Amino acid sequence: MQKQKAKIDTSNEVVKIRGLEKSFGDYDVLRGIDLDLYQGENLVVLGRSGTGKSVLIKLISGLLRPDAGSIEVLGNDVAAISQRELEALRIRIGFSFQNSALYDSMTVRKNLEFPLVRNRKGITKAEIDKNVESVLDAVGLSQTINQMPSELSGGQRKRIGIARTLILNPEIMMYDEPTAGLDPITCIEINDLINEVQKNYNTSSIIITHDLTCAKQTGDRVAMLLDGQFQRVGTFEEVFKTDDVRVKPFYDYNFTE
Amino acid sequence: MNTIKSTTRPMPSRLSRAKDSVSDFFLMLYRVYAFVLRFFKEVLMPPYDLKEIVRQCYETGVRSFTLITLTGFIVGVIFTKQSRPSLTGFGATSWLPSLVSIAIMKALAPLVTALIAAGKVGSSIGAELGSMRVTEQIDAMEVSGTKPFKFLVCTRVIATTITIPLLSTYVAFIALLGGYLNVSANEGTTYTTFMEQAFDPLTFVDFWASLSKAIVFGFTIGIVGCYQGFNADKGTEGVGKAANGAVVTAMFLVFIEEVLIVQIAGWFR
Repeated sequence: MQKQKAKIDTSNEVVKIRGLEKSFGDYDVLRGIDLDLYQGENLVVLGRSGTGKSVLIKLISGLLRPDAGSIEVLGNDVAAISQRELEALRIRIGFSFQNSALYDSMTVRKNLEFPLVRNRKGITKAEIDKNVESVLDAVGLSQTINQMPSELSGGQRKRIGIARTLILNPEIMMYDEPTAGLDPITCIEINDLINEVQKNYNTSSIIITHDLTCAKQTGDRVAMLLDGQFQRVGTFEEVFKTDDVRVKPFYDYNFTE
Repeated sequence: MNTIKSTTRPMPSRLSRAKDSVSDFFLMLYRVYAFVLRFFKEVLMPPYDLKEIVRQCYETGVRSFTLITLTGFIVGVIFTKQSRPSLTGFGATSWLPSLVSIAIMKALAPLVTALIAAGKVGSSIGAELGSMRVTEQIDAMEVSGTKPFKFLVCTRVIATTITIPLLSTYVAFIALLGGYLNVSANEGTTYTTFMEQAFDPLTFVDFWASLSKAIVFGFTIGIVGCYQGFNADKGTEGVGKAANGAVVTAMFLVFIEEVLIVQIAGWFR
């Protein structure tokens, strides 16, 4: 499905990163990166494996702490806020994990109910059911409600993982390798779902991938992470209109016979 | 063809390796201390997850029931059988019920229960939480603001702290039953006489010491299993290490606590 033009508010940065650095031991993963995510935008972060793409979104959601620099998410400095403020902020951020990270001891229904019950005090059973049915409907998997995660296919697990984050109506979505390990048809379905989420839930998203079809179909803007820094940022066409030997192989592998 | 450059570092000296091991050990002690402190901080705060606590009590208690029953009964029978020859030498077989009850109530029941629970419950907690860590399920809870420590750790530690004393009390009675059956078959002692002789030498302090031990063991097994699982390294190897570490560390601590509590109970007698 062709991506429709999104309503992006470039005057409103929902994520603002400045001079972000992160190392693991002697290995400098992120070397002073700057990045803005605008309201309503799908930003795709591309890069080779091990370049720190997943580290970036874990830093944004406060799962990791930066060595230097600042990360402002919805007006909050993630590294400076208290644990309680961080927990409140996380409810406004949806995180879709690479391997879905569904709670394997719970049914699909329980997986979806879990964040809702624990974050919305006083919510009634009827409201919970309504929310669960609504997000399952949004990802097109109403029939799986009583199934265990082990009974689902890879694509279904991804969708339920996305549904679990949508149930809290997040303002920002972060997708970690949403199409990794899926067949081409399911990849297209996931890409469409990402675009539907952007449109229907009015989310701003960061999509971590090295699947250029996913990048092209979902991204309003693409940022290429090379050597710990964003070397190229722009539309898909702008980023790949280059002879840079670090960038060209990405395109050639995906689109050249 | 590209040549592979050697990236080996100089071997650290024995002294520096010893320093690293010592600092790693103290670092681990600090982490365990911080983990226990976090448990006491979070356990009192809502939500209280009563349903999950009950589920965990079922997992740790009811699911261990068969194994505990069998082991308790065998311990009672074997201990009575093995003690008989020593007492027969002094013509003191009539003391057998007292000897069996003292051994079971004061030491064997809580210790046997704890060792079985460390193997069965501790390893299961370590492996389950370790696998949740490795598959990013704990991270998923963290990013959805659902306080995984509270839901996963507090509930399991409360469950083991409740169920292990209950199981220990049950093991004491089952082991006494085993002892009684053996004594009854060999000496023809009646149930009433056996029980009178069994409980006669025991004091209130003995019961409390035994119960306190079981509570401490339950807490230890729960917190160690959770610590190992919650802090498991990435990868499947980490899950195995967490399960193994949960058993070994819990057993080690249980023996140390046994010695300490026996000493402390001695001061109250």
